[in-house]
Amino acid sequence: MTPNDTVTIQPPVPTADWTDDSANRVPKMTARGVSVFYGEKQALKDVSIDIHEDRVTSFIGPSGCGKSTFLRCLNRMNDTIPSARVIGRITLDDEDITSASMDVVQLRARVGMVFQKPNPFPKSIFENVAYGPRIHGLAQSKGELAEIVEKSLKRAGLWDEVKDRLEESGTALSGGQQQRLCIARAIAVDPEVILMDEPCSALDPIATAKIEELIHELRGRYAIAIVTHNMQQAARVSQRTAFFHLGEMVEYGKTSEIFTNPREQRTQDYITGRYG
Amino acid sequence: MTDVRADSGALPGTGPKVPTRWTDAAMTQRLRRRYRFERWFRLSGLAAICLSVLFLAFLLYNMGSKGIGGFTRYEAALPIDFTKSDLFLDPAALRGPDARQTVAGADLSSAISKAAAAAYGPDAAQMFSDGALDILTDDIVRDPSMLTGQRTLWLPVGSKIDIAAKHDSDAASEKLVSMLRQKHALKWGLNTQFLTGSDATDPSAVGIWGALKGTFLTILVTISLAFPIGVLASVYLEEFAPRNRWTDAIEVSINNLAAVPSIIFGLLGLAVFLDIMDLPRSAPLVGGLTLALMTFPVIVIAGRNAIKTVPPSIRDAALGVGASKMQVVFHHVLPLALPGILTGTIIGMARALGETAPLLLIGMRAFVAAPPNGVSDPATVLPVQIFLWSDEVDRGFVEKTSAAIIVLLLFMLVMNGLAIYLRNRFERRW
Repeated sequence: MTPNDTVTIQPPVPTADWTDDSANRVPKMTARGVSVFYGEKQALKDVSIDIHEDRVTSFIGPSGCGKSTFLRCLNRMNDTIPSARVIGRITLDDEDITSASMDVVQLRARVGMVFQKPNPFPKSIFENVAYGPRIHGLAQSKGELAEIVEKSLKRAGLWDEVKDRLEESGTALSGGQQQRLCIARAIAVDPEVILMDEPCSALDPIATAKIEELIHELRGRYAIAIVTHNMQQAARVSQRTAFFHLGEMVEYGKTSEIFTNPREQRTQDYITGRYG
Repeated sequence: MTDVRADSGALPGTGPKVPTRWTDAAMTQRLRRRYRFERWFRLSGLAAICLSVLFLAFLLYNMGSKGIGGFTRYEAALPIDFTKSDLFLDPAALRGPDARQTVAGADLSSAISKAAAAAYGPDAAQMFSDGALDILTDDIVRDPSMLTGQRTLWLPVGSKIDIAAKHDSDAASEKLVSMLRQKHALKWGLNTQFLTGSDATDPSAVGIWGALKGTFLTILVTISLAFPIGVLASVYLEEFAPRNRWTDAIEVSINNLAAVPSIIFGLLGLAVFLDIMDLPRSAPLVGGLTLALMTFPVIVIAGRNAIKTVPPSIRDAALGVGASKMQVVFHHVLPLALPGILTGTIIGMARALGETAPLLLIGMRAFVAAPPNGVSDPATVLPVQIFLWSDEVDRGFVEKTSAAIIVLLLFMLVMNGLAIYLRNRFERRW
């Protein structure tokens, strides 16, 4: 998908909130010198990035630049690929998540993930949201579980659309609703960080706008990292942006600076549409 | 310069555009050939279907018309005066718990022969079947008072007379049948003994129940071993096992196992279960174990394919909310793969159900005259029973063989129906 595929239905810049004071704060997650190898092939070279609470960090770059690979390092989803090897240090609240002593199951509950293609379980809407809290034992009773489900669906902006049909299959919803269901599923386990891997690339512009709105609302509660092909989207939703190219992180900084006054020529070329 | 331009005109996209001639003769002919080929393909498909339906109809008609006789039998009236017969039966002993033994000790068989000869002449002495003896024994045990008077009993006729009544036979039997018919001493009825009895030497006394029960027990052993082990093996190989030379070797071995002729599994069962483990011969336990070995690779292959078709996005989704590997597999992957696994299991079970060769080798071809009471009792199974009966010389076995085939096919139909019902139920749940 090229950046031009998604029609911007909002003016690219004015709605964005670029206020960023993260320089003075302790980051929620830090990555230092992260490299990823798939077999012999190096997919990511020496990336260092901070992810802050209450902020949206976006990763942009052309296809195959390693931005999704990096995102998947943050909750160790790369563990599921047998040939993948990650080196470097990634911390969550100063705890090294790459160490063997880190409990991956707990890490993935604390660092939730939303995928490119909406992937609800082929179960009821209620079960989709209730699954996470249930396996982690977050609810003591059925009532409490129902409360968590309602709260999560409300936060994902889906409650009003599905409250009368919670027993229907999650796969029967429209694409945009499915993606919001996946977001509700991710926030139901009360994560600290939410990773989004091109969450809008399979959605139409209206559904995209809803998800972007949702990201704005969720920002106050979670640290969010989002991978996107769509530069306007990065400009609209994020406060900090990292530009990846050919496995390298070329530039990382405030979204306002990346989009108006990039330091690197390659960044300039990419955001002006010279390539990508 | 003009020459160069003309040459470059041959290159795609550079020359002047020549419109495609959609309506010229060559195109029309190509089109016609395309349609002709499609028509021919469809017709040959239809012909293949018709041919197989024809074969199936022929098979069903053949089995049905021959086998239906196996479920019916002729009974003849036997006037018998127990007071005149030289049976020495103490009515007091008949009220005790050993009544059956006492009756069996008496020479009922000759009493029947004498009564038959007295009623219908000397040719009729052997007209009743071995089964008649059992029925008479049961009657006497149930009601000893009948020994004190004269009765007319309806008892199943022997195989020769039965055939003569149903089709045609030798002159003596035919004469006897027409005489019985004249005296209204012959009636047609349902052969309950065929559904409740076991193997016998007299074709008119044989039953299918022993083999049916043996089949049921054998399949029970097979499915309760092959299904869980097969499913767990496929889950482990597909989801947990590392990809290396060892797992490759295991995969190749399992694929080859599925293609091994069944008689080899019989030899394996003979060597391992009977020789080494010293399990009982002819038992459904050993038969079930042997068939489980045979079915296991089929279930593993079907299971692995079904697990492979579960989309990886579901795994990602479950891992993404912090499910452990085990939870991903048992909450999401396995339920989604279950319909596919069940389909494979149905195929494996149908094959096991119809298997004869390996069971012959572990001794299930023995003559077993009583239905098995457990998995370690001697038993036989339906296909082996069919094989044994088809080998018999007595003409009475022909219709019994066909009848047994009908029972086997019905058993298969019921089992597959159950499996398909289960599969659809699991599919609906998702």
